[in-house]
Amino acid sequence: MRFARQCLTVAAKDLRSELRTKEAINASLSFAVVILLLFSFVFDPTGDTARELSGGLLWLVFAFAGALILNRSFSRELQNDCLDALIASPVPGSALFVGKTAANVLLLLGIEIVCLPVFGVFYNVRWTTRFWPLMLVLALGTWALAVIGTMFSALTVNLRLRELMLPMLVYPMLIPALMSAMRLTTVLISGEPLAGDELIWLRLLVGFDIIFTALAVALVDIVLVG
Amino acid sequence: MREKLIYALAAAGGLWLVRNLYVILLRLPDEVEQGAIYRIMFFHIPSWFVCFTAFFVAGAASAVYLARRRAGIDALAVSAVEVGVAFTAVGLVTGAIWARIIWGIWWTWDPRLTWALICLLVYLGYLMLRRAIDDPTERAKNSAVLCIFAFTSVVITYKAIDWWRTQHPGAVLSFRTGGGNIDPFMETMLYQNWLAWLLLAAAFVMIRMRQEETQREIDALRRMAHAL
Repeated sequence: MRFARQCLTVAAKDLRSELRTKEAINASLSFAVVILLLFSFVFDPTGDTARELSGGLLWLVFAFAGALILNRSFSRELQNDCLDALIASPVPGSALFVGKTAANVLLLLGIEIVCLPVFGVFYNVRWTTRFWPLMLVLALGTWALAVIGTMFSALTVNLRLRELMLPMLVYPMLIPALMSAMRLTTVLISGEPLAGDELIWLRLLVGFDIIFTALAVALVDIVLVG
Repeated sequence: MREKLIYALAAAGGLWLVRNLYVILLRLPDEVEQGAIYRIMFFHIPSWFVCFTAFFVAGAASAVYLARRRAGIDALAVSAVEVGVAFTAVGLVTGAIWARIIWGIWWTWDPRLTWALICLLVYLGYLMLRRAIDDPTERAKNSAVLCIFAFTSVVITYKAIDWWRTQHPGAVLSFRTGGGNIDPFMETMLYQNWLAWLLLAAAFVMIRMRQEETQREIDALRRMAHAL
């Protein structure tokens, strides 16, 4: 109970500071729209091709735009030695990590919710036919992105090249989750149900979330405290 | 003593490799379907086994480092990763050569091949992270955490042929299939070549560890000189 309250406090603090300055979220949102625009030059953006490529396209947009938010997650705390103060506070490292991850998930979901209708309009795709399963896939995929991203953001926070290192480390690590999320999103946007072979991808995504959340929560104290 | 062990390992591995080469190239007959090119498998499969072994050693060393915090164990982890990366590259290149002859293409985006490439990229990321951190304790700690994360990609690469329907051939070795898919003599040669490469890899790791230790000594001397 106490742990949950600590996580909530950290998440609320992160969300408040982000929503007041809107530094990362504005940059990330405009970047997402720019990538969506750029993809329209890659192929002929008619309904059918767009539906076939939808999963890959959307998740690349989310992953690239998400890196901007994830990069800021810990580096925001460097000013005025806030990170040291957070580590010295009675909140355990795992609560700090889960709180930050939760805040990142909410920010990323916000961006995704804005991107989906934009994608629908730009590429003439009806994406709402399987709305709730699609939301489930978005939530699971975003959690995976946020867990790996927040953990590696903590790993790279003290580096000079952190903006460069984070995507270098996050994307290869994230491939199992991205692969399943892309596949499932394509299926759902094409209007087909999640059944048969597709459930294997859902299992892979859930398994990825559980394994890496457990691993990150177990190791984050070492990364933050030493 | 350690010097002698390195020489002994390298000599034993080297000689065994020469003997294996003689058997593989001159003694073993061509394979019925693949012809002469199948001989590259005696290097392809052992190089992957060596790289998996090296990454396992690196992962275990990283876990031990986080528990004990000895600089020597961190040196073992980085040395094992570097040797593992070299063997991953050998595995990818020999695989590509075999694929060019048998499939007619150098590369295909098959799950096993893709995961092998991801594995290489993840460990290259590990080496890059090490270069980016200046403080030795911080470097050892953070890269140990990354190394534990990275090992998941090794497990997926190893199991990819069981989890997905791949273009890459399925399991042939008898410890995975129960036997009958490969001639026992050829299989023995595969293991012999694996052990020969393993001895050489152990020598490489020990040489690399010595370099790490020397580097640490130089850094300590430099710090002392600055302090004076």
